[in-house]
Amino acid sequence: MRSRRGTVAALAAMTLALTACAGNAEEPETEEPAAGEEEPADETADFPEGSTMAELAEAGSITIGTKFDQPLFGLVGPDGVPQGFDVEIAKIIAAELGIEEDGIEWVETISANRESFIETGQVDVVVATYTINDDRKERISFAGPYYEAGQSILTLTENEDIEGPDDLAGKKVCTVSGSTPEKNLLENYPEAEVVPFGTYAECIDPLRNGQVDAVSTDNVILAGFAADNDDLEVRGEPFTQEPYGIGLAKDDTDFRMWINDVLEAAYEDGRWTDAWEATAGSVLPTPEPPAVDRY
Amino acid sequence: MSAVLYDSPGPVARRRELVGSVIGGLVLLALIGLGVWYAAGKGVFGADRWDVLYDPPKGQTAADVWTFMVVQGLGATLRAAAVAAPLALVLGLLLALLRTARHAALRVPAIVVIELFRGLPVLLMMFFGSIGFGWDAFGAVVFGLTVYNMAIIAEILRAGLAALPRGQAEAAYAVGLTRRQTLLTVLLPQAVRTMLPSLIAQLVVLLKDSSLGFIVGYPELLKSIQNNAQFFGNDYYVALFVVGAGIYLVVNLSLSWLARWIQRRTTKTAASPKQVDTLTTQSIASHGAGHAGGI
Amino acid sequence: MDVIVDNLPTYLQGFASTLRLTLYSGALALAAGLLLAALRVSPLRPLRAFSAVYVEVLRNTPLTLVFFGLVFVAPRFGLITPLGFWTAVICLAAYTSAFVAEAVRSGINSVGIGQAEAARAIGLTFGQTLGEVVLPQAVRSVIPPLINVFIALAKNTSVAAGFAVVELMATGRRLGTANAADGLWVLAGVAIFYLLITIPLGVIAGTVERKVAFSR
Repeated sequence: MRSRRGTVAALAAMTLALTACAGNAEEPETEEPAAGEEEPADETADFPEGSTMAELAEAGSITIGTKFDQPLFGLVGPDGVPQGFDVEIAKIIAAELGIEEDGIEWVETISANRESFIETGQVDVVVATYTINDDRKERISFAGPYYEAGQSILTLTENEDIEGPDDLAGKKVCTVSGSTPEKNLLENYPEAEVVPFGTYAECIDPLRNGQVDAVSTDNVILAGFAADNDDLEVRGEPFTQEPYGIGLAKDDTDFRMWINDVLEAAYEDGRWTDAWEATAGSVLPTPEPPAVDRY
Repeated sequence: MSAVLYDSPGPVARRRELVGSVIGGLVLLALIGLGVWYAAGKGVFGADRWDVLYDPPKGQTAADVWTFMVVQGLGATLRAAAVAAPLALVLGLLLALLRTARHAALRVPAIVVIELFRGLPVLLMMFFGSIGFGWDAFGAVVFGLTVYNMAIIAEILRAGLAALPRGQAEAAYAVGLTRRQTLLTVLLPQAVRTMLPSLIAQLVVLLKDSSLGFIVGYPELLKSIQNNAQFFGNDYYVALFVVGAGIYLVVNLSLSWLARWIQRRTTKTAASPKQVDTLTTQSIASHGAGHAGGI
Repeated sequence: MDVIVDNLPTYLQGFASTLRLTLYSGALALAAGLLLAALRVSPLRPLRAFSAVYVEVLRNTPLTLVFFGLVFVAPRFGLITPLGFWTAVICLAAYTSAFVAEAVRSGINSVGIGQAEAARAIGLTFGQTLGEVVLPQAVRSVIPPLINVFIALAKNTSVAAGFAVVELMATGRRLGTANAADGLWVLAGVAIFYLLITIPLGVIAGTVERKVAFSR
């Protein structure tokens, strides 16, 4: 009995899937006259067969890894939809694939798991304040950069001891376990006492309570915290260059080049600027978009 | 025991005890009161710290907040436990059987596996899943929970088998059952029954351990509390934490009480065989107590 | 494999930190657990109740939640602990003391009730009965489960990795970032160091347990 019901359910599901497919196939034709919208059908047709773009466009869905706790770049609310600049960039890419916002599945990626999520196909792309570097390029590929950040220092406004990275010696510096800033601090400022947490947001209360002296990571991340808290301040010039890229499967060159095209188009037609101004632009000046690196 | 340690109190002693109890109780209450008073001074009980639970700010609804914590957070916790628990039971049973095998070729690997996973932190096993094998957070959490608990369950079952009176096996062989039949139809069912309270207690441990997902980036209950606190502001930590801790306590205490209820029932109905071997059961009990110390 | 040898000093630092965490919190937990167990059998009802509630609640709370509470929530009450090592020691000790108390209590209960009755009959007081008759006998049956509690504690110190302590597990995670290609080897190295603590302790527990069993 149970197995029969299982079969029926499976059949029903299959029929549903079939009709859904048929529906999708027909839709573009019926919608063609409505020229006001982006033409997803044409986009799909444009992608070379077997390319990642074609697969994603055909599936009508994409899984995107982003930060869930990064103000201005990727911060999630209880409704499960993240907000921020990374999220907007990801949406631009999805839109170019003809995927609507409800076709995007957002997955939280933390600093320590981004490469492995890409390698194992858990996510299609990662847009998560993701610094392009050579180590990572051995495991994955990067499109972009779409923004250039730099490591900086956040401290209490009233703190007068710390003006730059060299002042961190002997100080407690909070950062994220397994992140580039942590590695950089350990290698280049070994005198600083690194206090690793799981996320940057976890560093803010200890900073306020005097349990750590500073928080160090990319300036844009720190700017978000400084904007939300009057008693915190970003100190000194950035002391590294952190080009943010879009992580994708290694050697998927077509996909990478296509995303680069999309980014350049977005620089041209103002979508990039709009995305910035709607998110991080609320507290940071609008920068010039960086040149993409077609390595 | 405590009833024997001192005289059953006479009128004077009883009065003294009453006075002591009242004073002791008052001291405890005073300490709690002091804590509450201190917390109140920090504004912990202000409505603006608790409204997140019934009238949250930032355009979210109370339903969003609760759904996020209970459906997504607790849901993710239970999902990981629901996948890991049966896996651990089946694999643990298998290991326990191998452990009792006559051939060293079967027995020794089982012993190695059991001792290895018993001696390693669950968190490390989860990192093996995420950093080592590159699985997603769910896979890593399930892997960590499964391999650790299967080892413990194997030990519990082995102890249960060892505690059975030898007559059980002898009688089974005497009526012509094969070794396998004896094990599967006579010994194992009894061992499982005797060890049911320990097995349930181990499920509590498994459920508690799922909170380690917090550290490897699995969006379980604790993570959902943190996400909420970071979204709405750290001032809401107390209210959200109280809810989260409450959920854990309700779930775990119910399971623990279920285990104790079953234990009382089995010891009440148990026939003499189990009393024959009180010593062994005692050492098992101590064994179980030690392992309940896994987190 | 090379990655373990190359980073041996880093491993050893993490290992030392894990050992210190285990020892400090173990000692504290032992003291607190004994106190809780004594309260549990004391004549004063409120103290008995306090001990019972404490043990029951902590045993049913995930350690991660204890850390989370002290690190992220307690500062909201104005309770600010020095971040890192000592916070971890407090959390681990608070949590482990509940299990110590349980182990001791069941040890006390395992001493034949006649022993206490006899002690009372010859006029020993509560303190004398507990201290000179019951506890010395309970110690034997308490030690194996107590060692198991400490094995669990040694493994539990790894949770501190998520809360600003750079012990063995966090060291492994750090090395894993620096040597991404050798992730499995890095973690295997971490595993070896944990086993260096847990396996000898397990062997000791087993031996003691057998000795106790024979001496009865």
